[in-house]
Amino acid sequence: MNPIPRSLRLLALSFMFMLAACQPSDQDGGTADAVPEDGIARSITGAGASFVYPVMAKWSSDYRTSSGRQVNYQSVGSGGGIAQIKAGTVDFGSSDAPLSSEDLLASGLAQFPSVIGGVVPVVNIDGITPGALRLTGPVLADVFLGKITRWNDAALVELNPDLALPDQAITVVHRADGSGTTFNFANYLAKVSADWKAGPGEGTAVRWPTGIGGKGNEGVAAYVQQVKGSIGYVEFSYAKQNAMSHVALRNAAGNFVEPTSESFAAAAESADWQNTADFDLVLTDAPGADAWPIAATNFVLVHRSPKDASRGAATRAFFEWIYANGDAEAAALDYVPLPDALVTRIQEYWQATLDN
Amino acid sequence: MSAAAPATSSPARLAAVARRERRDIRLDRLFRTVLTAAGLLVLALLLGAALSMLWGGRETLATFGLDFFFTADWDVGARRFGALVPIYGTLVSATIALLIAVPVSFGIAVFLTELAPGWLRTPVGTAIELLAGIPSIIYGMWGLFVLAPILGQHVYPKINDTLGQLPLIGLLFHGPPLGIGMLTAGLVLAIMVIPFIASVMREVFLTVPSRLKESAYALGSTTWEVVWDVVLPYTRSAVIGGVFLGLGRALGETMAVTFVIGNAYALSAALLEPGSSIASTIANEFAEAVDPLHRSSLLALGFVLFLLTFVVLALARLMLYRLKRKEGL
Repeated sequence: MNPIPRSLRLLALSFMFMLAACQPSDQDGGTADAVPEDGIARSITGAGASFVYPVMAKWSSDYRTSSGRQVNYQSVGSGGGIAQIKAGTVDFGSSDAPLSSEDLLASGLAQFPSVIGGVVPVVNIDGITPGALRLTGPVLADVFLGKITRWNDAALVELNPDLALPDQAITVVHRADGSGTTFNFANYLAKVSADWKAGPGEGTAVRWPTGIGGKGNEGVAAYVQQVKGSIGYVEFSYAKQNAMSHVALRNAAGNFVEPTSESFAAAAESADWQNTADFDLVLTDAPGADAWPIAATNFVLVHRSPKDASRGAATRAFFEWIYANGDAEAAALDYVPLPDALVTRIQEYWQATLDN
Repeated sequence: MSAAAPATSSPARLAAVARRERRDIRLDRLFRTVLTAAGLLVLALLLGAALSMLWGGRETLATFGLDFFFTADWDVGARRFGALVPIYGTLVSATIALLIAVPVSFGIAVFLTELAPGWLRTPVGTAIELLAGIPSIIYGMWGLFVLAPILGQHVYPKINDTLGQLPLIGLLFHGPPLGIGMLTAGLVLAIMVIPFIASVMREVFLTVPSRLKESAYALGSTTWEVVWDVVLPYTRSAVIGGVFLGLGRALGETMAVTFVIGNAYALSAALLEPGSSIASTIANEFAEAVDPLHRSSLLALGFVLFLLTFVVLALARLMLYRLKRKEGL
């Protein structure tokens, strides 16, 4: 009589029970599509740079606790983030390299900084402690160009008369994948070395004249730790968490500085944000007296007129919350929160460019 | 079948048998169709995978033509792509792997089938199969954190001082003793393919009829003579099949190689120098390949890997065919 076998009916019934059991935790997703009364979507999605993933994850979990709204961030890399926000498949993208004003205008996007970090050259030489080795930008470029090949090279000895530098070959370690870390590092070398600018140049991936490539910050960190006499570059947090020997760099003002939250903040404060449209500014080689020369900004990309206004409003609310409440989390994860003056500037920029 | 029961045949019974026969034919046809579809699906998947990679790489092939396969310049910033370094790295690392893995696997298989005491055969055999199941990233991490420092600090400096000083061969064995590079990649690959080759060899050596081996022993053969003159000729085609299974795996291995090969785009004969393989290049760069030409080049690389594997398998077939014909004569 009954066309559905008994076993199937039982199965369907058990499924219904399972769905019912899942209901409470599903609530956020369930109501996300409908426009809520306050005009702010309950759930938004972002994608982009892996550099900000740790702090984004922390921020979104804290934000959910305090506001009940959900932010999903996919760490797909800067390139993927730019592609996805342009295609409109996410509510915000993030990139370690800024887009130009023309590019932003052409795709209807607005751009603003989210958080500041730094790229740190790290070395593995026996007896050299963190911060002991001093380098200048041009010397660092010559090492990565393969022009300086041994640690007891005259140029290195001249900068470090007090150190016992070994007669050891230098092994350069760079990123094998395209990355925002490389973008900032190569950008700095191009600013301080004409040879670098004419040779490998700038970009998220360049043609390295020498050395070995590691995948991701963790890959570079692992190679530097495994190979004696090596030098690489990683995000500050990787250097700190792995207790690697960072170098002290001479900045544009002529002072030797170590990578610290203070020196990153000094770079952000001294940068000329006033005269820059759409925050299209790379923080490297900043003029401040205490500025770390390879400080880096992460940029957020949003649509100026999002298709779904409630999602645009939710994105803006999330970043408002970050600037107001996210500083401690960022600092705990070795990022540097934006200076207050810059936040004010961003809020003015929102007023001027965003529809909502 | 219907003729089998003529005595009790009645019109009704005959009709039933005919119905049954028609149903059998129908089911048989259905069965045949399903099996054919399953067989064709493999071909369709193969062709689809190859063609979609070729299609994805069409921009690169149109831009660089055959130069893509023969130039060593891989410069993302300047949008110049040449696949020679990854192709070379793939072939060399896989060759090193086989040079090490085949003799060792042969030894393992002979030991397990001819020499090992009975109580040892099963545990060692199972251990080999377990080794085959370890994820490749584990081999990569082991290669980077355990093998590479040992090689870099203790083995490669000695190789540099001894083999590296010889004429001609010296070109292969000099370079910075980083512990990371083509030779390390080959060593890790060898360890990864040994379980595959060894377990195939062991299985097929077990299929040799014991009367053949016993006859040879009875005639006074040593174990080596039995293995070389009786066991190996009897199982030759299957052994070659096992070796090529290992080679296929070595050519396409991704994560373990990415960890230890060094990922540098410099063409060098020296095995201690870092290099890159097709699979490692794709793994490293695909996520951030925004430029269409870059993405297209990576897909074209995938197509090259496909071609390489295909050529290797075709060579294996050809070899087997030659052997069979020689045996037939």
